[in-house]
Amino acid sequence: MNSAIRIEGVTKRYGGVQALAGIDLEIAQGEFFGLLGPNGAGKTTLISALAGLVRPDAGRLAVMSHDVVSDYRAARRLLGVVPQELVFDPFFSVRESLEIQSGYFGIRNNSAWINEILENLDLTSKADTNMRQLSGGMKRRVLVAQALVHRPPVIVLDEPTAGVDVELRQGLWSFVRRLNRDGHTIVLTTHYLEEAESLCGRIAMLKHGSIVALDTTANLLRRLSGHTLRLRLAKGAALPEALRTRVAGEAGREYTFALGSCEEIEDILHAVRGSGCGLEDIEVGKPDLEEVFVRVMNE
Amino acid sequence: MDGFSTLLYKEVLRFWKVGFQTVAAPVLTSLLYLLIFSHVLEKHVQVYDGVTYTSFLVPGLVMMSVLQNAFANSSSSLIQSKVTGNIIFVLLPPISYRQFFAAYVLASIARGFVVGFGMLLVTLWFVDLSWQAPHWIVVFAVLGGAIMGALGVIAGIWAEKFDQLAAFQNFIIMPLTFLSGVFYSIHSLPPFWQQVSHFNPIFYMIDGFRYGFFGVSDVSPLTSLIVVVACFFVLTAFTLWLLRIGYKLRT
Repeated sequence: MNSAIRIEGVTKRYGGVQALAGIDLEIAQGEFFGLLGPNGAGKTTLISALAGLVRPDAGRLAVMSHDVVSDYRAARRLLGVVPQELVFDPFFSVRESLEIQSGYFGIRNNSAWINEILENLDLTSKADTNMRQLSGGMKRRVLVAQALVHRPPVIVLDEPTAGVDVELRQGLWSFVRRLNRDGHTIVLTTHYLEEAESLCGRIAMLKHGSIVALDTTANLLRRLSGHTLRLRLAKGAALPEALRTRVAGEAGREYTFALGSCEEIEDILHAVRGSGCGLEDIEVGKPDLEEVFVRVMNE
Repeated sequence: MDGFSTLLYKEVLRFWKVGFQTVAAPVLTSLLYLLIFSHVLEKHVQVYDGVTYTSFLVPGLVMMSVLQNAFANSSSSLIQSKVTGNIIFVLLPPISYRQFFAAYVLASIARGFVVGFGMLLVTLWFVDLSWQAPHWIVVFAVLGGAIMGALGVIAGIWAEKFDQLAAFQNFIIMPLTFLSGVFYSIHSLPPFWQQVSHFNPIFYMIDGFRYGFFGVSDVSPLTSLIVVVACFFVLTAFTLWLLRIGYKLRT
């Protein structure tokens, strides 16, 4: 495949901590890729290595076939990174920050694109406001804008929606989706798993610096999650003995069944009705990434 | 603009935006030194024949301002960027370590020149200066500013908190500048301290700079130039090495 990002055997140790323990990963051009894992799993270290902020102990990383060390100028031109920390330069306005960032990439007269980014991120009215006077959410938008000023084909968003209100999230994701449709490769790390589930076509899960799951989102959901059926029995009712072995979770009068297929719902309800057991509530749960995540992390 | 010129522009704009703090305040401080020292010593001290003490003092204070402000510019910019985290904006783009060095050092020279020029402008109202060899003035101001700018880069990337930078500034830069012959000729010192002064590179910067005004100095301007150029190359090589290996910038 035409890889946007290629990572081969990357390791990084900080003192006694193995931050990255031999990462191999290839992300194709045009993918919307999710990088998930608990805090300290190595996500930010991996992104930092890709951006040249961290020097790996071993292995190599490339952006659009350009090595991030030996051909760092080309690699950095092709990469836009939205950092996790809410950082800003207090000396400058939003527009100045974006013009300066454009200049760092050797781009002159970038006003048209800067105006488009400002509009898409709902920052036009704040263009001439000093960065210090912006709210946290606004500063986060400027960080996204700064990562996009040089129109990088590969965009890495390191928890871009942390502490951001719902309206901005929706606006941001709509903009990022559009960039992805236009051919940009997007790599996303987030703790909001429902965002990853709805946006990412493929997901890697990191734990202790290693990739412990890597597949398309659909495959991960199919393999490691599934539909569930939750029943709440009427007071005084007892679950038929035949169903006891199929119970995946129990809390008071509530019983949860993991379903291999939707047809199993009929079998379970048939057994309940046959025993004369009364029901108070029924709920069918869809497969979700959170369940996959918890299962992978606990393995 | 490429990465280098943008970084240079940003660094100049940064100090210019807070001009009261970075330009006006140092000019006022130097002016106060001048007023107080000249008031106390004008009638008691004459260092060179035909040169009043106030006239002698002005070039020293101007050069001290150039040096201290050149150091302050690169060091404070870097430590602020590191502490607030916005150094990432400079580290992510394709800016080479040589461009990084050149931009910070040139911006430091620029601030040193602005403050030094401001100081000269103010003092010209009441001090009659001669300009015997203006090229030496420019050469030593540029090299002195570059050396202190490079030292500021070293201090800025070494320090992890403002306290460490303050220690570098107060325990190394300040003693070296104050004991470099700004306020006196080293010939007025006891022999031992004269010898010690010869190990202070800032002494040569001040002495060579002052030569440009009066045509007289404690040591030959050529000797001062050799020492200053050697210091510049050593510091430049060391700073470039630190930046190349990413010391405390790229972990």
